[in-house]
Amino acid sequence: MADVVVEQGRRVSSVRARKGRSLRNTLGRKSTVAFFLTLPLILLIALLVLYPAFFSLYLATLNKAMTKFVGLGNFTFLFKRETFWMVVKQSCIFAVTAVVFKALIGFIVAHFVHNIPGKKQRKWRGMLLVPWVIPPAMSTLAWLWLFDPSYSAFNYTLSFFGVGPIPWLGETFWARFSVILVNVWYGAPFFLIMYLAALKSVPDQLYEAAAIDGANWWQKIWYVTLPMMRNIIAITTLFSLIVTFANFDIVRILTSGGPLDTTHLFATWAFQVGIQSSDIPLGACVSLFMVPILAVAAIFILRDVNKRGNEA
Amino acid sequence: MSRKTLTRRQFVAATALSSTALIAAPYVRGAYAASKLSIGFWDHWVPGANDASTALVKEWGEKEKVEVSIDYITSNNKKIELTAAAEAQAKSGHDILQMPSWWPHAYSENLEPLNDVMEPLIKQNGAVNDTVKYLGQSNGKWLAVPATPGSQIKGPCSRIDLMKKHAGIDVQEMYPAGSPPKDDNWTLDTFLKAAEACQKAGVPFGIGLGETTDSVDTAGAIFQSFGAELVNAKGDVTVKTDAVRQALEFYKKLIAVLPADAPSWDDASNNKWLISGRGAMIMNPPSAWAVAKRDAPQVAEQCWTHGFPSGPKGRFAPFLPYFWGVWSFGKNKEAAKSLLVHLSSPAAIEKFVVASGGYDLPAYANMTKFKTWAEEGPPKGTLFHYPDPYHRQTLSIAASPAPPKIAQQIYFQATLTKMALRFAQGEKLETALAWAEDECEGFMRT
Repeated sequence: MADVVVEQGRRVSSVRARKGRSLRNTLGRKSTVAFFLTLPLILLIALLVLYPAFFSLYLATLNKAMTKFVGLGNFTFLFKRETFWMVVKQSCIFAVTAVVFKALIGFIVAHFVHNIPGKKQRKWRGMLLVPWVIPPAMSTLAWLWLFDPSYSAFNYTLSFFGVGPIPWLGETFWARFSVILVNVWYGAPFFLIMYLAALKSVPDQLYEAAAIDGANWWQKIWYVTLPMMRNIIAITTLFSLIVTFANFDIVRILTSGGPLDTTHLFATWAFQVGIQSSDIPLGACVSLFMVPILAVAAIFILRDVNKRGNEA
Repeated sequence: MSRKTLTRRQFVAATALSSTALIAAPYVRGAYAASKLSIGFWDHWVPGANDASTALVKEWGEKEKVEVSIDYITSNNKKIELTAAAEAQAKSGHDILQMPSWWPHAYSENLEPLNDVMEPLIKQNGAVNDTVKYLGQSNGKWLAVPATPGSQIKGPCSRIDLMKKHAGIDVQEMYPAGSPPKDDNWTLDTFLKAAEACQKAGVPFGIGLGETTDSVDTAGAIFQSFGAELVNAKGDVTVKTDAVRQALEFYKKLIAVLPADAPSWDDASNNKWLISGRGAMIMNPPSAWAVAKRDAPQVAEQCWTHGFPSGPKGRFAPFLPYFWGVWSFGKNKEAAKSLLVHLSSPAAIEKFVVASGGYDLPAYANMTKFKTWAEEGPPKGTLFHYPDPYHRQTLSIAASPAPPKIAQQIYFQATLTKMALRFAQGEKLETALAWAEDECEGFMRT
């Protein structure tokens, strides 16, 4: 009996020692340290992103007076609204057009900048990044003055050529053109810098080999540059699509959604419905519609990136 | 446990003392209870106008020994509305919050009833107009007190010279300073002819067709002049009526002579239109004229603010009152009420009007003839008719008389201007009406 006790005592102490060692090991592991280092950020994200996200989900299930649970009632109500479907269409037109132009301009300018030698390249890079580093609310105000009905600098300049005045923000076509133009101006430098980084990582030997094989300029881009940049293009496009879809400030400042709601995006319409018309549940519901649309885009793009990663 | 018995004499004495205290100083008990009060006021755009509010609050605070803090909140980008929404959600915030026109109803469940403040104020200052009652009252309960700072009429501000030259209308003769208006011929027909003449002369009227308040307010007054209501007071959709059709036909003719980009105008566009000298008339409170005094004095001295043209159902002018609300979850409600009484005294109201250069309008009938409006210039008397001193107009708000929670949505979704614009841009009348009807039905959510 006594032996057993001693044995048990030994066992207990050895178990304790092992436990102590394993705790030390756990704490000493790189992954644990990393977890603790990122914990403040995780808590911050939980507080500032997850909580509002779940709260907006909760809000979207309430009635207008926020006194009753209506389940998916707000969503079914929205499906019947003509303006809602117009906003869906416009958000898609806005985001897709703006992202395509941003990517295209970013790609072309990145090539130009890539070919500028040494110090000069740094200067150009700095200058071309300016639109992206100015707070968009400020730069959009400057654009508003350029488009202004009474003092438009564009119309003033065009008048010397006998053109205009163009109702930049007063007609559907021009208003959509203007908000997309400002978004492209603001967002193209992001694509430029990402593509420039990707271009720099393409090994020169590939171009040399292609040149030996007799590839022309276009073939080098199609068979060397683009395949090497595919992942960056995909990730940049996804990231920009999310940000552009959720845009608020440009449309809010330039058109407030007009004329006739033809430039409203999800965020601006959600603001108008939720805050200005005091229908917070419906506003939350409108803004939540961005999630499934972006989720589908994210799944497709990331799946493609993953597939190529595995192939590599 | 010992118990002290109360004699009959002691009981009578204690009751008498406490009753005297309650009657003599009903609010003081509460006001001193927390001795702190926080206020969110609208940040006035007239330089120096906030100082009047600060001085009046300070004066009251010193007298009542209450520590007061004031936040001036800009109305730019709906900051006040966002603050109200956040405070109502959090059930915490300022004790008094200044709110734009529709907000007392939007937060009626969170606001302290203020009948005990409003009833004596109406006796003291005169009746309030129907729009103030419509926006500030719910089922006989006063939700908020009309605030003088920020409250405004958005009537016509005309260029004296251009109207005389191109439309043959002498606005000073029609609305003489110091005398009642001679406005019998100032009808919507005359207004439309003047708009056409000024457009031909290259100085069109600057009336917006956008989704912001200036555009909606003008549309509201014109629709009401025809008796056109999208939703009636009972909450029935009444879009497909002859009155609405008439208003739309009128608006179509008007839109044809407005600037091409008026559909994109915001609340600053019409001000710029007037100040740049490009238009003969805008619909605005005197802020545009005040800026012109500083930036374009030659334009300012030709400006004259006056009444709205009348339509088949009367003469309506857009009135936008601000309100001071007291949150029901506030910590010092009695002190807040006491301060609101102080800020609504005739002397305080006059100070607000003087400090804002005549921009701020009291909501009370007896408060429309202060010296400021008669003396402001140039030209002297330009603001005399701004507060409607002879009560020639029905002060109204767009989308009324629909129940306020529905009307607020018609107002902020700019259903009136959108419907008019759809029709003017070629949509069939019945299609535009059907669209508006569908929109209004969507606003019936509870």
